[in-house]
Amino acid sequence: MRSTVAALLAKDLALEWRTRESVPAMVLFSIATYVIFHFGLDRDRVTGDLASGVLWVTLLFSAILGVNRLFVAEYEQGGFDGFLLAPVDRTALLVAKALALFVFLSIVELVAVPAFALLLLGPPLTQALPELVLVLALTNAGIAVVGTLVAGLAIQTRARDLIVPLIALPLLVPVLLAAARCATPLLSDGGAGALPGNWLAILAIYDLLFALIAYAVFDFLLED
Amino acid sequence: MLRGAGRRYGDRAALRDVTLELEAGRTLVVFGPNGAGKTTLLRMLATLLRPHAGEVHVLGRPLPSDGYAVRGRIGFLGHDALLYRELSGRENLSFHARLHRVATQRVDAVLDAVGMTGRSRDPVAELSRGMVQRLAIARAVLHEPELLLLDEPLANLDPAAAAQVAPLIGPASGATRVVTSHDPAGGLQGADVALGLRGGRVRLLAPAAQVTPEQIAELYR
Amino acid sequence: MLTAAFALVFFYAPNDADQGFIFKIFYVHVPMAIVALVGFVAGGVFGALHLRSGESKWDMRSYVTIHVSVILAVGVLVTGSIWARASWGHWWVWDEPMLVSFLIIFLLYATYWPLRFSIEDREKQSRYASVFAIVAGAFVPLNFAAVRMAESFTHPQTGTTTTSAPGSVTLTFLVALAGMTLLFVTLCKYEMASKHATFRLRALRRRLAGDDDELSLTGRSAAPQL
Repeated sequence: MRSTVAALLAKDLALEWRTRESVPAMVLFSIATYVIFHFGLDRDRVTGDLASGVLWVTLLFSAILGVNRLFVAEYEQGGFDGFLLAPVDRTALLVAKALALFVFLSIVELVAVPAFALLLLGPPLTQALPELVLVLALTNAGIAVVGTLVAGLAIQTRARDLIVPLIALPLLVPVLLAAARCATPLLSDGGAGALPGNWLAILAIYDLLFALIAYAVFDFLLED
Repeated sequence: MLRGAGRRYGDRAALRDVTLELEAGRTLVVFGPNGAGKTTLLRMLATLLRPHAGEVHVLGRPLPSDGYAVRGRIGFLGHDALLYRELSGRENLSFHARLHRVATQRVDAVLDAVGMTGRSRDPVAELSRGMVQRLAIARAVLHEPELLLLDEPLANLDPAAAAQVAPLIGPASGATRVVTSHDPAGGLQGADVALGLRGGRVRLLAPAAQVTPEQIAELYR
Repeated sequence: MLTAAFALVFFYAPNDADQGFIFKIFYVHVPMAIVALVGFVAGGVFGALHLRSGESKWDMRSYVTIHVSVILAVGVLVTGSIWARASWGHWWVWDEPMLVSFLIIFLLYATYWPLRFSIEDREKQSRYASVFAIVAGAFVPLNFAAVRMAESFTHPQTGTTTTSAPGSVTLTFLVALAGMTLLFVTLCKYEMASKHATFRLRALRRRLAGDDDELSLTGRSAAPQL
């Protein structure tokens, strides 16, 4: 199983590197969204819960872009067949794609979060950096799992690009909620507050629960 | 291998009551007009589609329950090349080699066998259709399968290329083969059993030696 | 049964001292919410059963349960809105975990029909719908808990209200809950029977038309076929 996941992941990273389709688009979209927020909110700097909100909403929407593209190469170029013909555990595709999405999100955040600090964030980013990275990691995990599941669900439908956000966004509301509550004290003026443990726990539970569900259910999406 | 097998798409039956058997090492050639169900049949044997009716046994194992056991022993060549266009031929084959747990030396060997060693590092998108077909054949035989399922394998290949791949996918390969073809004379030549499909049903099933090209042409009318 | 529940509500239960007549909506709103939530989870369970057994009857049950639950969910949103208006003067309040949760859940399940409709192959449609039902069904309790944690508890909690209220309120509430459950089950049975009948009619029509291979005369639909 591990070698299959490694093979799939390597292939996806290689493809993304070669085509540069998803990640640059996600980064540009994030930055554009910050600009829009600046004009929409008519503010030069945001702090606390507003900062948290702007950051997560932006990341969430750019994640949707990535989710839309996740299975496209497989679908268009007969890649599913190629995978289905191999004597491998089919859940490896779920794991590999979720990991790939996690990696893409992390790369996007490497650029988008400092950009956020530059453009809109009031307090310095470094005041609670390790905690912020933790929240980002947990949030990415949740988005990666749910995103892969929804992408797999939507790939067979005809209105794929519409269905994905419609299903994924409601499902990700708890993630958004928890992440926003977690990050608010980290991004406040006057020094970072403590990380709210119960919201962190909610994030972790959500990630775990959906990972288990996705693992149980994904096989059925690939069957014919 | 198949008994009364059927497969529906919505209200339309793509295959109905197909019954046939093929011994190991033999070749079955499948004729039929477009939409007759040839591709469906092949995909069902490849474990890509599950039968909606009847029984299917491949390499002695029933499908779909034992699909995982036979997948690694089947080589499938369909209409799509199943290659990622932005990756090179070599990268594609290496990827499939990893999935099938095949040594990397084998990749070099098949590239050589299909005559694509020279262009193996170019992205698939830049290759001509004949070259892509050769790579697809390479992919299908990479893991040395016992059963070959070939959907018009010689499409887009010039005679020289066709001759080059013959040892890999032709009767000389030693594998059990199921091949679709639109060429009555050529198709019958390399085959042991001939199957004619039309409208999803079996219209003709006989040893190839007893079938004439005219009978095949009948199918298409 | 439902009529008896309504009768109890209007003639027997005392008016709540603070909220007056509007409080009676409580007897509709909360049972509706509880039944709808259970219905969504049941839809997920039926979906799982469908995936495990491959029998389309589970898919039908999943579809119908979700359908009726969504209708109830709309009812929850409407009655909740009326209640909010009467109690606090606004048509919508974000402080209500129930309302907010149901809005999110409604938005999620509203995609069930476009999803089904856009997959043409019937088997695949059923399978994907079942996966959706399972994921969404698991999501419902999690969402509810998360939203509840997030907002302040201005929404009267059902539990505390019934324990501290006079017995007549509790009795009426339980009757209303039972009545709502029966309504749910009745609607489900009705819809399933209607679908069975439609399918049988269609099958007969096809057979009359001569060939089983002909395409269905009615075209695609979002509902499962048997």
